[in-house]
Amino acid sequence: MEYIGIDIGSTAAKIYTIHNEEPLFFTVPTGWSSKETAAEIEKSLRLKGIEVRDKENFRTVSTGYGREVVDYADKAVTEITCHGKGGSFLCGGDCTIVDVGGQDTKMITVENGMVVDFLMNDKCAAGTGKFLELMANRLNVTIPELFLLAESGKVLPISALCTVFAESEVVSLIGQGNPREDIAAGVVDSVATKVYGLTQKRSISDRVVLTGGLSQTAFFGKALSQKLGLEVIVPENGLYAGAIGAMLCARGRKK
Amino acid sequence: MDKNHQMWADLGMDLKTHDLLCEALPGAYGDVFLTQENRPECMDYFEMVAADIHGIRAAELVEAQKQGRKVIGTFCVFVPDEAVVAADAIVTGLCGGSQFWVPEGEKYLPANTCPLIKASMGARFGKTCPYFRIADMLVGETTCDGKIKAYEILSEDIDVHVMDLPHQKRPQDFIAWENEIKLFMEKMEDFTGNKITLEKLNESIKLINAKRRALARLYDCRKNKVVPISGTDTLLIMQIAFFDDPARLTAQVNRLCDELEKRIADGVSVAKEGAPRILITGTPLAVPNWKLHNIIESSGGIVVCEENCTGTRYFSHEVKEDNATMDEAVKALSDRYLGNINCACFTPNPGRIDDILRLAKEYDVDGIIDCNLKFCNLYATENYFVERAIKEAGIPILTLETDYTDSDAEQLRTRVGAFLEMLGN
Repeated sequence: MEYIGIDIGSTAAKIYTIHNEEPLFFTVPTGWSSKETAAEIEKSLRLKGIEVRDKENFRTVSTGYGREVVDYADKAVTEITCHGKGGSFLCGGDCTIVDVGGQDTKMITVENGMVVDFLMNDKCAAGTGKFLELMANRLNVTIPELFLLAESGKVLPISALCTVFAESEVVSLIGQGNPREDIAAGVVDSVATKVYGLTQKRSISDRVVLTGGLSQTAFFGKALSQKLGLEVIVPENGLYAGAIGAMLCARGRKK
Repeated sequence: MDKNHQMWADLGMDLKTHDLLCEALPGAYGDVFLTQENRPECMDYFEMVAADIHGIRAAELVEAQKQGRKVIGTFCVFVPDEAVVAADAIVTGLCGGSQFWVPEGEKYLPANTCPLIKASMGARFGKTCPYFRIADMLVGETTCDGKIKAYEILSEDIDVHVMDLPHQKRPQDFIAWENEIKLFMEKMEDFTGNKITLEKLNESIKLINAKRRALARLYDCRKNKVVPISGTDTLLIMQIAFFDDPARLTAQVNRLCDELEKRIADGVSVAKEGAPRILITGTPLAVPNWKLHNIIESSGGIVVCEENCTGTRYFSHEVKEDNATMDEAVKALSDRYLGNINCACFTPNPGRIDDILRLAKEYDVDGIIDCNLKFCNLYATENYFVERAIKEAGIPILTLETDYTDSDAEQLRTRVGAFLEMLGN
C-alpha cells in the first residue's frame, strides 16, 4: 500500500507521496477550477505509475481549500490537522507551526503528534501570501524578487492593516520617490509583524516551524525569527507540509 | 400569490421586498433541516410553524388584536413576559436573524453595529417583518450601547418602552430592577387598560414557568449519551418559542419530549457513534440564523447545549410561584431575571463562567465553541475570561466571530472541521 497526500491550496496544489520507497513530490498551479486541478493531478500521478483509483494499492487524503472536490480521495481532512502533522513530522516532534498560505495564515500547536490548539487570521488578506502577491504586483516584481529587494532595503513601515488600504499606502510611498528596496522591506516586515501578532495571542512552543509558500524564502524566516526572538525552523520541504500531513493521515487511517 | 398577501398588505408591509425573503427561505430551510436524518416525528408541529413563519402566528396575533388585545414586541430575555401576560396582552419576538434585513438597517446605524441590531432595525423600517408591523408597542432594555441608541431611533417610529437594566448585581441593583419591573407593569396597565392583579400575575408566572420547565426538559434530553435530537432542530424550537403562544408551545415541547425520552430508552440517536459533543456559548442566534449549528452538525459534530439567549439563558431558573403580595411577586421576578441571567452586560460576570463550566459537565461535552456576533463588544471582550477559564478546566475551546453573511462559511467550516478533528472526529 502507498499513501498519497494532496493539498489543494488557493495558489498551488502540492502532492507528496513515498513511491517505490522514494519520496515523490511536485506542485501544480491551481487555476480557476479545483476540479480540473484534481484531474490534472490524477493524470500526473498516473504517468508516474500511481493509479489513485486503485484502492487496493493506493490510499489518498486530500486537504486544503479544494479538498472536497478530489473525488478519488478516500477522505478529506482540514489543512489545519494536515499542516500540524506535516510540520511536526518535518521538525521531528512537538512544535508550533506557522503556515503562511495564499489566502490565510495559520498557527498550529502540536503536542505528542496531535493538534492541541490552532488560530487562523481573521477573514482578511493582511499577513497572507495574497498580500505579498498584490504588493509585488504593485512594485512590478515577482515574489522572489520582492524578497531579494527587501533583503537590501531599510524597512519603511506600512501601517495599514487592510490589504486594499496598504496598497494605497504603497502607492503613496512610490509616489514620494522612496527606494523600491525600502518599500519591499516594509512589505515583508508588515507580513512578519502580522504573523508575529497572531503568535502572541496564544502560548507557543519554543520550536517554531515555518511552512507554506513563504517557507521557500529564507529571508522571511529570518524576518520572523527576529520578531519572535528565536530561531524559526525553515524546513526544506515546508511547502509540502500540508501534503505530507495528508499522506500521514492516509497512512494512519484504518481501512 | 401567497395566501398571506392580503394580511401583509393590510399590515402595510413592503410586499415586493418581502416576497424576495419568502422565496429564499424555503431553500435555506430545506438545505439546513431537511438534509438531516432520523428526525423526531414530533418536529412536525415546529416544521409547520417554520414553513409559515410570517403567516400562521402573525394571523393569530392580528385576530387577537381585533378582539382588543395588545401585542408587545420584545428584543431580549430580560423583559419579563409575566408582566405582559398579566395585563392580558401578548408577547412576540421580533425578526433580526438574517442578512436580508442588514442593508436596510445600515441606513440608520453605523456599519460596525452588531448584525442583530442592524437586522432588527432593517426589519422594522424596511417593513419586511409582520411582527414588527403587528406590535402595538416595543419594549427595549439597556443591555448594550448599540441597542440603547437604536431604541431612540426606533422610538421616532413606534412607541418604545425601555427598561433600565442595572449592570451589576448588588442588593441596590435588585431593588432598582424591582422598581423597573413595577414601572413596566404600570406601563402595561396604562397601555392595555387592564389591571394587573396579584392573581393574574401569579397565574402568568405559572404559565411562563411551565414553558421554562418544558424547554428545560427538552435540554435535559440532550444530556444523555444517546442524543435524540439535533442541535439544529433544538435551535429552531427555541427560536419559535419567542413567537408562539406559551401554553401551546409548552404542550408541543412536552409532546416532543415524550418522544425524545422514548428514543433515549430505545437508544435512538441522531448523532454518529463518537461524534464530538459541542457546547456553544456566546451571543444569541435569532431566527433564521442556523449557520453555525448547520456547519458543526454537517461536519460530524453534535451540538448538545447552547449557553446563550436562544438557549439556556432563556429558560433556566423559574420564578417563585404563589406569591402572597404584589411586592413579593415583583421581587420574585427581579430575583429570577436579574439574579440568574448572566449576560456579558454585567460587570463583573463570574456567574457566566460558572454556568459554562457547569453546563460543560452536565452535558458531558468534548469541546466548546464560543461564538460572537461581529461587533458585539461585550461578548467579544468577555471571551478573555471565558477562554481562560475553559482552558484551565482542560476543555478544548474554539473562538469564532461571524455575522449573518455566508461569505465566511467555508472559513468557518475549516475551523470547525479542524476543531472536530482535534476532538477525534
